[in-house]
Amino acid sequence: MKLFDRARPFVPTRDQTRLARPDRRLFLRGGLVAAGGLALGGCDLSDNARTESVLSGFSRLNDRLQAALFDSQRLAPTFGVSDITPDFPFNAYYPASRIRVIDGASWRLELAGLVADRAPWTLDRLRALPQEGQITRHVCVEGWSAIGQWSGVLFRTFLERIGADLTARYVRFDCGDDYWTSIDMPSALHPQTILALDYAGAPLPPKYGFPVKLRIPTKLGFKNPKHIMAITVTNDYPGGYWEDQGYNWFSGL
Amino acid sequence: MSASPRRAERPIHPLVVRITHWVNALAMLMMITSGWRIYNASPIFGDWAFPKAITLGGWLGGALQWHFAAMWLLVANASVYLTYGLASGHLRRRLTPLRPAEIGRDLVAALTFRLPHRPGVYNAVQRLLYVAVLLAGFVAVLSGLAIWKPVQFAPLTVLMGGYDQGRIVHFLAMAGITAFVGVHLALVLLVPRTLPAMIVGRDIRLGPKAG
Repeated sequence: MKLFDRARPFVPTRDQTRLARPDRRLFLRGGLVAAGGLALGGCDLSDNARTESVLSGFSRLNDRLQAALFDSQRLAPTFGVSDITPDFPFNAYYPASRIRVIDGASWRLELAGLVADRAPWTLDRLRALPQEGQITRHVCVEGWSAIGQWSGVLFRTFLERIGADLTARYVRFDCGDDYWTSIDMPSALHPQTILALDYAGAPLPPKYGFPVKLRIPTKLGFKNPKHIMAITVTNDYPGGYWEDQGYNWFSGL
Repeated sequence: MSASPRRAERPIHPLVVRITHWVNALAMLMMITSGWRIYNASPIFGDWAFPKAITLGGWLGGALQWHFAAMWLLVANASVYLTYGLASGHLRRRLTPLRPAEIGRDLVAALTFRLPHRPGVYNAVQRLLYVAVLLAGFVAVLSGLAIWKPVQFAPLTVLMGGYDQGRIVHFLAMAGITAFVGVHLALVLLVPRTLPAMIVGRDIRLGPKAG
């Protein structure tokens, strides 16, 4: 079973979210300070905050590049039933012993932000909407990948049904495992982005995100939140659990 | 044939080549060492991982930031180098021809330490290695794009044999470039006067001048 990153602490402190500290030492040891300054536009690699600022500047540039590369009509490759990865990996920022078990009967999906009808949704109401299935590749930021089978409500259909402002910039997801993330509206409206209710033809087990997870095969795995409790449509950048620590926000595939 | 003073001033390596060489060295160092930390997050070859002390980024998120920032430096620098090299004829003059007979002859001479170094003139083995490392760099960029954007660049990922195979191709391209750097640095140690030539462009002879 693969965890997200075994080397990472369970809950990072503010200090631990600062990047590149060990590398600065490595860089100094390598005697490349002068060359680094030359190449990175005179930035002083001994100045940690400055290095982080340059690196996150490039990450924001890459957000824009990926938004430009994103083709709203291009579908992620799909696979056959025989291609499905046996024992699809559990994956989160916490170990399997801390998987949340959520009661489907009392669960309500809360809505907030630029949404016309904010009435909470029950699981039965989501199941009453048309269901779409897909067998696609889940690509983890760590580099491994696995093929799985999800089905549920096309997210575009759901957003239209709740009267969401489809011209808004972001959709934020808050989860029952204290995780949160956010995606851009064009990716939210992609024809393969679904609110998944089932895995392999059966309701999602807790380890895959019961009762609802976002399945978005055009983005890395950590942009596929599990145990969704609330959805917010907004123009204010919401960030995310990993994104705020340095993972690239757009993380498109 | 006696060289005129003006001719003697002509650099062994043109300024554009010297600048792009060192920028590339820095970009490659950042790409490869951050790539090693990214590899470690999910090793391809069993549990084998790179020693953390020689990797860049500290943790996966930091390594990814370095990798995708250095990517711009690498590609921008390579664009300048290739545009100059193709437009000026530099690449054609220095890296061709590649003839198997010459490569075999020069390889035997090199391995028996009988291959003389002529500043600014590449022997057949050097030409082969420089062409090979340029190709490895090209494969590294293509396979990198294939595993970075397996949906948007799906045909490229198919060309690499799929997503997981693309990771292996990317690793092998890195291994090829790293092996080249090893040989390259060993040869600079054996023939140290090649180093100032790549910095100031001229051949600097250390010690008392003859004549």
